[in-house]
Amino acid sequence: MTQETILIGLAGVLASAAPVIFAVLGETLSERAGVINLSMNGTILLAAMGGFAVAYNTDNILLGFLAGMLIGAIVALIVAFASITLKQSQVAVGFVLALTCRDLSYFLGNPYMGVPGPRLQAIPIPVLADIPVLGVLFFRHDLITYVSFIAIFLAWAWIFRTRPGLMLQGIGEKPAAAYIRGANVNLMRYVYTVVGGALIGLAGPAYSLAIRAGWMGTISGLDGVGWIALSITIFGGWNPLRGAFGAYLFAFLQWLGLVLQPVLTQVPSQVLQVAPFPLMILTLLLVNIGDAEWVERALAAMPESARKLLSKLLRALRASPPAALGVPFERD
Amino acid sequence: MNVELRNIHKHFGNVYANKGINLNVPSGTIQGILGENGAGKSTLMKILSGFIQADPGGEIILDGTPTVIQSPADAIHVGIGMLHQDPLDFPPMRVLDNFLLGQSGGLFPNRNAVAQDFKRLAGQFDFSLDPDNYVDALTVGERQQLEIIRLLWLGARVLILDEPTTGISASQKAKLFDTLKKLAGQGMTIIFVSHKLEDVENLCHRVAVLRAGELVGETQTPYVTANLVEMMFGKEITLGERQPAKAGEIVLALKDVSLEDVRLRIKNVNLEVRSGEVIGLAGMEGSGQDLFIRSCAGLVRPVGGRILLKGRDLTGKSYHPFKREGVNFLPAARLEEGLVPGLTLTDHFILAEEPRGLFIDHAAGQKLADERIKSFNIRGAPLTPVESLSGGNQQRAELALLQSPLSLVLLEHPTRGLDIESVIYIWGKLKERCGQGASIIFISSDLEEILQYSDRVLVFFNGEVSDPMDASKTSVEQLGQLIGGKGWAGKGEADV
Repeated sequence: MTQETILIGLAGVLASAAPVIFAVLGETLSERAGVINLSMNGTILLAAMGGFAVAYNTDNILLGFLAGMLIGAIVALIVAFASITLKQSQVAVGFVLALTCRDLSYFLGNPYMGVPGPRLQAIPIPVLADIPVLGVLFFRHDLITYVSFIAIFLAWAWIFRTRPGLMLQGIGEKPAAAYIRGANVNLMRYVYTVVGGALIGLAGPAYSLAIRAGWMGTISGLDGVGWIALSITIFGGWNPLRGAFGAYLFAFLQWLGLVLQPVLTQVPSQVLQVAPFPLMILTLLLVNIGDAEWVERALAAMPESARKLLSKLLRALRASPPAALGVPFERD
Repeated sequence: MNVELRNIHKHFGNVYANKGINLNVPSGTIQGILGENGAGKSTLMKILSGFIQADPGGEIILDGTPTVIQSPADAIHVGIGMLHQDPLDFPPMRVLDNFLLGQSGGLFPNRNAVAQDFKRLAGQFDFSLDPDNYVDALTVGERQQLEIIRLLWLGARVLILDEPTTGISASQKAKLFDTLKKLAGQGMTIIFVSHKLEDVENLCHRVAVLRAGELVGETQTPYVTANLVEMMFGKEITLGERQPAKAGEIVLALKDVSLEDVRLRIKNVNLEVRSGEVIGLAGMEGSGQDLFIRSCAGLVRPVGGRILLKGRDLTGKSYHPFKREGVNFLPAARLEEGLVPGLTLTDHFILAEEPRGLFIDHAAGQKLADERIKSFNIRGAPLTPVESLSGGNQQRAELALLQSPLSLVLLEHPTRGLDIESVIYIWGKLKERCGQGASIIFISSDLEEILQYSDRVLVFFNGEVSDPMDASKTSVEQLGQLIGGKGWAGKGEADV
């Protein structure tokens, strides 16, 4: 492989991670506020189909993206209403929605199966695109990929640098304490769940109007992306930067699977296709391994210097979920 | 600010938590509110701080103006700030973020300016708080300090403190009292809610006593303790006499035990505990007592040395082998680690029994629950979920769950947050167990409790462990010095 093809491949990794990044950011906002939106896998499929259908019928790509976001927001609103207002189990509601939305997308999407439709074009950024290496990697993408780059930093800055972002952390951590500091906990939970849902919805058209343009129903290969995004949210410790890193890692592993196929001919291709999933699980495991009792015991038996280093490392890796995740808030 | 409560009623269902309360607190006063658990103190303070609203007809008058307080945010807006018993802060976040969270202003807070304010306020009261530290690394006392300066910064002119001396060290308490006196001197109104007579007597200018939702009396310094007790309980109560243990066989032996966690290490502890003996562990929170007591339960594995229980080497074993030898551990966090929220008292008693067969014998469980509730004087029904019991009754339920026979009971803060009646009751029950041959090791931040109930005392300071001291020959002052890190030069000096 030449350097050029590797660079283009890596640029492809950055682009193909964009939808996962939107989904992870959306889920991160929602869970930071204390609401688990488990419908994500179905939402992405429905938004991919819906976004494509709207863009196809109106011949307007922007409307397609907006439709995807709207679908995500509506599904999230159902999750919010059931969990915040009706105080039902977020897991049960989200899971049922995940299944319903997936099947709905296959059923409603039948007329659009395999139809050629509009697709977002790459916009190289003048001057920057000509920088060696970096130009190919970062500045010859389509609009939605650029947006994904920016969204990572916006979400991070919002959560950790702004006043409302601090309150968002507080609402997911200890709603009662946020309430005495003047937050309207349930209203804010609605807002963040719906905004997060819109971001999750954006992941759909990011596939069907850009990366894997078109609607292919059950063989579009999108089923499962939502679950991966959910685990990356956790792996990312509810932090947009770490979450983005997880999304890129996943896209990179998938690309590696493709690249290695011609080289490792003796390995069945299915193994390479499936490998990223167990690898992600393994990573998740490593991140949270510090909590396990047997690790603590193993650490206690090690010599001092190694123990100090390892326990520091494990502590840095460990991320704790928002303490009030999934817990309805009542004033008293 | 002058605070006047007029004709405050509050009922939940047909139970009155507050009945016709009238109270006037002038500016610059430290007003004590005394009463046992469930007397209505918390309800009254929740009304004043906007958490709940009083029944119609009641009035809150601030500096002569009737004021409606709809929410805690409203309360701080009009200058009323409340320090909750369990600090309402955000443990995984930084001190500075906690400080500025809730302050109104632009999208991007000016952290540098806020940090300046923070340091100025902290310096003013001599609090050593690092704005970049995480709140979960602070002690309860330091979290209180953070809340106090946060409320002052937001413009509080009335400060309500709900049981603030629970769970903080003696030196932190002294600092808190100094701070409150200073604030009162500056014209702040301080409302100090407590069931601890000693604290109220030492600090407050005046005291109002609540019992069963009613204001039963108001007094001023100098106080007559017997009067206060009588107002609180409607009868007189005295602490029992100290009963020294009859030393029996050795139950627990620690040989050169070393322990370690991320923060500190404890080296080479040697201790023998005999049957019937009570060992008190004193020290500032996080000085190593918690690590020590968990190692005696098999929850923390020592990095060196041996632990023997009744002569059997259990070094490195987990909780279950310890439990089989009759060790029971009651952690400080009752609802998080001790009981199962959502399950009823009956469920708990059934769970604690040896399982017989696959199906639950509900009739037997019911009978067991009735018996235990009666013999442990728990205010609750067999089908009451444990989380709706009061703290004292949760603790009684935990005692009722202790296995029999028992060789060693480990307790963390067994009476934290409980009123004096419950304290006496719980220690009565524990001493009963000692009489049957069990030994007790307990952690407490209440030095009086340690000296009153233990036979020997170990003091912890930053991972150092003192030699065992005879409790009957030790004074609160001596303990206080050691806890504060004085007199450690030769470890032997601490020995009596």
